[in-house]
Amino acid sequence: MNPPPVAAGAALVRPRNGFADYFETALPKIVLGPTLLCALIFVYGFILWTAWLSFTESRLLPRYEFAGVVQYITLFANERWWTALSNLGIFGSLFIALCLVTGLLLAILLDQRIRAEGFLRAVYLYPMALSFIVTGTAWRWILNPGLGFEHLVRQLGFEHFTFDWIVTPGMSIYTVVIAGAWQSTGFVMALFLAGLRGIDDSIIKAAQVDGAGPVRIYTSIIIPSLRPVFFSALIILGHIAIKSFDLVMALTGGGPGFSSDLPATFMYTFAFNRNQIGLGAASAMMMLVTIVAVIVPMMYSETRRQRHG
Amino acid sequence: MAEPYRTQTAGSQLIGRTVIYTLLILFALYYLMPLFVMVTTSLKTLDDIRGGNLVALPREISFDAWAKAWGAACTGVFCGGLKGNFMNSVNFVVPAVIISTLVGAFNGYVLTMWRFKGSDVLFTGLLIGCFIPFQVVLLPMAQTLGWLGIANSIPGLIFVHVVYGLAFTTLFFRNFYVTVPAELTKAARIDGAGFFTIFWRIILPLSPPIIVVCVIWQFTQIWNDFLFGVVFSSGQRQPITVALNNLVNTSTGVKEYNVDMAGAIIAALPTLFVYVVAGKYFLRGLTAGAVKG
Amino acid sequence: MKRSLVAVALGAIAMAPYAPVYAGEVEVLHWWTSGGEAKSVAELKKELEAKGDTWKDFAVAGGGGETAMTVLKSRVVSGQPPTAAQVKGPGIQEWAAEGVLANLDDVAKAGNWNSLLPPVVSNVMKYQGHYVAVPVNVHRVNWMWANPEVFKKAGAKIPTNWDEFEVAADKIQKAGLIAVAHGGQPWQDATLFESISLGVGGAEWYHKAFVELDPKALNSPAMEKSFATLRMVQKYIDKDAANRDWNLATAMVINGKAGMQFMGDWAKGEFTAAGKVAGKDYICAPAPGNKGAYTFNIDSFIMFQQKDASKQKAQKDLASAIMDVHFQEVFNLNKGSIPVRLGMNLDKFDQCAKDSAAEFVASSKTGALVPSWAHEMAMPPANKGAMFDVVTAFMNTPSMTPKQAAEKMATAGKKS
Repeated sequence: MNPPPVAAGAALVRPRNGFADYFETALPKIVLGPTLLCALIFVYGFILWTAWLSFTESRLLPRYEFAGVVQYITLFANERWWTALSNLGIFGSLFIALCLVTGLLLAILLDQRIRAEGFLRAVYLYPMALSFIVTGTAWRWILNPGLGFEHLVRQLGFEHFTFDWIVTPGMSIYTVVIAGAWQSTGFVMALFLAGLRGIDDSIIKAAQVDGAGPVRIYTSIIIPSLRPVFFSALIILGHIAIKSFDLVMALTGGGPGFSSDLPATFMYTFAFNRNQIGLGAASAMMMLVTIVAVIVPMMYSETRRQRHG
Repeated sequence: MAEPYRTQTAGSQLIGRTVIYTLLILFALYYLMPLFVMVTTSLKTLDDIRGGNLVALPREISFDAWAKAWGAACTGVFCGGLKGNFMNSVNFVVPAVIISTLVGAFNGYVLTMWRFKGSDVLFTGLLIGCFIPFQVVLLPMAQTLGWLGIANSIPGLIFVHVVYGLAFTTLFFRNFYVTVPAELTKAARIDGAGFFTIFWRIILPLSPPIIVVCVIWQFTQIWNDFLFGVVFSSGQRQPITVALNNLVNTSTGVKEYNVDMAGAIIAALPTLFVYVVAGKYFLRGLTAGAVKG
Repeated sequence: MKRSLVAVALGAIAMAPYAPVYAGEVEVLHWWTSGGEAKSVAELKKELEAKGDTWKDFAVAGGGGETAMTVLKSRVVSGQPPTAAQVKGPGIQEWAAEGVLANLDDVAKAGNWNSLLPPVVSNVMKYQGHYVAVPVNVHRVNWMWANPEVFKKAGAKIPTNWDEFEVAADKIQKAGLIAVAHGGQPWQDATLFESISLGVGGAEWYHKAFVELDPKALNSPAMEKSFATLRMVQKYIDKDAANRDWNLATAMVINGKAGMQFMGDWAKGEFTAAGKVAGKDYICAPAPGNKGAYTFNIDSFIMFQQKDASKQKAQKDLASAIMDVHFQEVFNLNKGSIPVRLGMNLDKFDQCAKDSAAEFVASSKTGALVPSWAHEMAMPPANKGAMFDVVTAFMNTPSMTPKQAAEKMATAGKKS
């Protein structure tokens, strides 16, 4: 459904001479230049800088003497790092899955010619407008057993009702999933809804003529055609999951203990609070490697598919 | 006029509709609960909060907490509430959103209408910028801002937000312009229209839907940012998220939940406003192409 | 890589020996934002403004200044350090080693700091023999704050060792109240554990383990017993404690919901703010087993080198204002701590502070005056952080045995 790529600009421009011609040809690159320069310095340059620091013994402030892989050895001997990694696994997969499933479900439901669709959409979407600091503060309160939901249910007469995940090690990471999904589902729903609205009705009509029921139409025609939306949603959710920092800080503070630590909070704690910049840099590099390992093949296959599809 | 696949026979339709509406309303209640709790709590007195429960309505509505959060709450020796910080945020968020959106639009335009050898690779390379964890860039960025002479200033903060927003804005515009038929620009080029003429005359008039999406996204991201705000600003120049953090982390004897909640809502008002007012255009913009590819 | 701090700092002083007296600006990074703390900072601001300088407040709230430290690093890296920042303990030495701190020797000499400060304090403030930081106060960490009403209601008596504690706590719990008010944040867990271990293992062992980081002392029967005691104390903490702020825990003692809290004397600021009187409405006693021992926590400000002469002047004003008798009195009355200057008149202070001051001097003679490791006075932040992880993991993992925890402490104490 994408148009064929436009042929290189120069060939189509009427021939002109000298500098003006050259300038006109180079103009697109000149316009793109500052952004590329920024990315080169502020993304790739800083990654290299971090990589270098991860091979040093930097503590309070950056130092640049090479010290080998000692920080990586320390990192993987650190129990807290493993907790952070496994939490990222739990949080990342559950958060993304929950957002995708709920988002798709809400989008499909909303797409059934619903009254007050605009209002409902706003309700599902508004959490995205809040900062994680706000979300964390509100949810921290709701999930607090003594003040929030548990207290409420007990007041209603269910004396033995317990919902204390936020204070239970091993469970607190799931409260981060709850709050995170609450915040991000609306956006995913909007993406899917937009995707649903963009589907060509004639394909569906054709399927109906063939006698396919609504469930089949959704599972075998509509959902597969939402593939690009899944891709966009995955990119956005993945980036939220890996960068999740504010939410954990505001909701659990990484606790109880360090049971809800994520790599981002781990890196921050060690680099900035414990004066172990080298170790922090090593953990940051591991995060970046994970991102590259997951995202790049995904993006590559998607752009390839696009170009040939 | 319902599309055929969305309707069924009358009997099953009634049951189906009931299920759909019930589900939608349940979800809506779930999504509204935190907001409801925040709003009612902010309107309660402290006694009321202690005595009642989470979802109880305030016994009497009091706006004291709001007044305090806005103009009188103390952090350290400063007792001016969030008022000043609100304007700080406006001062750097607006330029940062405008610049990053504009640059993103040009980038998207180049990457679709003026492709050159290697431009796809460059685009993929740019996208990696979406994923860099911000904690990683704090120190090198501080150093760079120091060299540029804009450390600890509003321009510095704008600069940081623009730099790390470009990957997203470029992505939005690129994916939107990919859907614009190439014939539109081809004809103009044969007539001799230049790079900027095509952009202003042809591309920009097509862009409002995606501009809305991009502005909403950037506005939300930058307004809500805490980390850059706390690290790259100080004193009375701090943005509202930092002031809010100071507010909720400061307590004297009793924790004033009502003031915290009022502060949280104040900090969220502009983004809430943008979502509610522009929400319709947001979806339209997404439909118009942002999600394709 | 280490630049010679002294050379640079002395050079800076030589270049601007006696600059004309005009108003300078001090920008002070701190995280004293709550109640009594904020009042104390306001006092400093007032003193400085009286000297004609302007005060630029740079408060970053949040716990033990975690966010503030991030901000400080970025500011220093960007070449725009604040005038002064709240940094303490071994952290002072680390900053000084980076060669960014100003030399305060002339202020110290003029103010006669060497004779006013006890050596345990002045040693921490110096780097290679030169003053680079100003102490503000001395906090005693190993206090127990108790509500006598609660104890009376439960028929319990104030415990002086951990066995008595168990009996008293049992009674309070049976009376339907919470025995120990606590907040489950890593630094609070460590504060509690610190008092327990000092009470269980004694000052000599404490010094070996937490100051010298001797692996044999860290992984020892005394450490195991300390952890076993922590497990026992944990039974008396309510389950909502996770992530509770310390002052909310204090409020539980004030309101009679809980019997006692193990917390440093900054907790007193909360009692004072609530209009409570020491000895009558609340009791301050050394934590069980801690009589005669003293864990100290000294707040201090490090001063960064400034290029601008007016800022240098303001910086020195700040340094001398902090050590000023009047400020030491007013500040510490608000903060709950005791003045860092020896020999001050303590008439305006309450009984808790007087006890604290007396024990501070007494314990320094018996060797029972030890730095608080939970408050960054004893070891580098990296080790402190690693030990926080062990203590807090122990608190949150019911299956972890004291023996396992002691082994982990030895690993955490490894010097890097």
